Amino acid sequence: MAIPKVCGIETEYGILVRGPVSESIANPVMASSLLINAYLSANNRKVGWDFADEHPGMDARGFRVDDLLAPAIETSLVNAVLTNGARYYVDHAHPEISTPECLTAREALVFDRAAEEIVRASMAAADSMLPAGAEILCHKNNSDGKGNSYGCHENYLVARDVPFNRIVRQITPHFVSRQVVVGAGKVGCEVPGMRNHEVPFQISQRADFFEEEVGLETTFKRPIVNTRDEPHCDPNKYRRLHVIVGDANMSETATLVKLGVTALVLAMIEDDELGDDLTLANPVQAIREVSHDPSLRRTVSLRDGRRMTALEMQWSLFAKATKYARSYGLSAVGEEVGAEVLVLWESILAGLERDPDSVAHQVDWVAKRRIVDAYAERHGVRPGDPRLKALDLQYHDLRAGKCLATRVGLDVLADITDVRRAMTEPPVTTRAYFRGRCLAKWPDQIAAANWDSIVFDAGRGPLRRVPMMEPLRGTAEYVASLIDESATPAELLARLGS
Amino acid sequence: MAERTQKQKPVPSRTDETVGEDPAIAASGDKLKAELDDLLDEIDEVLESNAEDFVKSYVQKGGE
Repeated sequence: MAIPKVCGIETEYGILVRGPVSESIANPVMASSLLINAYLSANNRKVGWDFADEHPGMDARGFRVDDLLAPAIETSLVNAVLTNGARYYVDHAHPEISTPECLTAREALVFDRAAEEIVRASMAAADSMLPAGAEILCHKNNSDGKGNSYGCHENYLVARDVPFNRIVRQITPHFVSRQVVVGAGKVGCEVPGMRNHEVPFQISQRADFFEEEVGLETTFKRPIVNTRDEPHCDPNKYRRLHVIVGDANMSETATLVKLGVTALVLAMIEDDELGDDLTLANPVQAIREVSHDPSLRRTVSLRDGRRMTALEMQWSLFAKATKYARSYGLSAVGEEVGAEVLVLWESILAGLERDPDSVAHQVDWVAKRRIVDAYAERHGVRPGDPRLKALDLQYHDLRAGKCLATRVGLDVLADITDVRRAMTEPPVTTRAYFRGRCLAKWPDQIAAANWDSIVFDAGRGPLRRVPMMEPLRGTAEYVASLIDESATPAELLARLGS
Repeated sequence: MAERTQKQKPVPSRTDETVGEDPAIAASGDKLKAELDDLLDEIDEVLESNAEDFVKSYVQKGGE
C-alpha cells in the first residue's frame, strides 16, 4: 500500500520596489530581506534556519553534483523558521515561503493561503520602514514576461523502494497534461526564438521554460521531472519528490486539485497501478504544445503512435484513479480529501470539455483568459498591447486594492479563520507540529531548526539536536501533552530521552 | 487522524454525470454578461494607470 502522501508547497514570489528608495533597497535581494525582516520583527521572530542536513546536490539517480548547485544556498541571507512550521527566506532574488509538511492536499491549501497572507502582512510591515511614496509589491506568479522565471515547487513523500525511473516514466504524462486543469495562464510567449505575441495567450506560466525530461537543475535547462534527492527525512525509507513543473495558483480549487491529484497519481505509481500506456513521444515538445493551445484541441504524440489531447490524457488518468480508489481506497491521500478531489477533478474536466468558461470560478487560466478577452473586446485592444500583459501581472498582485484574482469570482475553499490560524500555528498532523510548537514556546532556547531536526540551547552544556527523521511523528497525537507539560526545553529533552 | 479511519466514500464515475445541455445555463447567460460588465468596470478602475510603464518595469531575476 502506498504510504501517506505528506506534501507541501514552496513559492517564490515576484518582487518589485517602487518609489523614492535608495539603490540598495531597489535591489530585489535587499528588498526581499527587508520584506521578511519587517515581518519577523513585527512578529518578534528570530530563530534561524539550520543548513546542517541540506544536500541539494544529491541526485535521485544515485550520484552527487555538489558544485553544480553550490550558489543555491546563500547562508548570509535572511532565513527564518516560523511558528507555523514554515520556512521564510530569501532565495536568489525572491522572497520564498515553504509551507510546513502537511498530511493532505487540503491542509497544504490552507498553509499555502496562509503563506500568501504572510506575504501580504510583510508588505504592510515593510511599508512602515520605507520612505513615503515607496512600496514593495509582491506577485504570486512565475514569470515576468521577459524570459525570467521563478518557481512554485511541490513536494511529496514517496517510498524509497519505488524505482525512481518508474516515477519519472509514469508521472511525466500527468505533468504534461495537468496544465489544462491547474495552469495559471499567461499573456504572451517566452520560448527563446519565438516572438512574444506568437502565442497571445497560453495555459501555463511555466511551460515555456522546460527544456529537459529529467534532471537536477532548477534554474536553467529545467527538467519536467526534477531529480533532487534530498528527502529531509529517513533516506532509507523515503524520498521527497521535488516537483518544479507547476504554476503558482491563485485559485484555491486549483491548488487543492493540483496537490490532491498529483498525490493520488503518485500513490498509484507507488502501488504500480498506473502503467505506461500514456508515455509521450516527446514530453518537452508536448508540454509546450499543450500550454500554447487554449482551444484544448491539439493532440500530442504518444510513444505507441496514438495521438491524444491533454484533456483525454487527464480523463484517462481520472478513470485509472477512480478504479484505483475502488480497489485500494484513498487512505494514502486522506479518504475524505481524496473523494473531494476526485469530484472536483471530474467536474473541471467535464466543464473544460463542455465550455471552458463554465469553470472560470475554478481554473486560473480560464478566469484570466476571460478577463483578458473581455477587456480586449471592450477597449478594442489587439494582442501585444501592454494593457493585456498588465492584466496578466495584476491577476497575481497581492495588494488587496490591485489583485484581480480576488475580483473574478474564484471559489473560496479554505476557511479564512483556518487560514489566519495557519499563519502562526502548525498543522497537528505532521512533525511540523513539534517544530512549530517548540518555536512558539521556547524561541530563545532554540539555536536553529530545519526540516528534520531542532537544535536546543538549554542553557548549560552542549547544544542538543533533536532529529525528526519521521514526517509523521512529532504530531500533536505524539507530542502535544509532552510539550504542554514541559516548562523548559531541558524538561522536554529529559522526557523525550526517557 | 479521524478522516483516515473513515469508511471509503463512493467514488463518482464519469458516467454518473450528464454533461448535456442545461436550459438553466442558457438562461443565466444574460446574468453572466452583466456580471462580466461589472467586473470590467472594476478592472478599469484598478488596472495600473500607466500599463506600459508598469509592464516595462516588471523585471524579475530568475529564481529557484
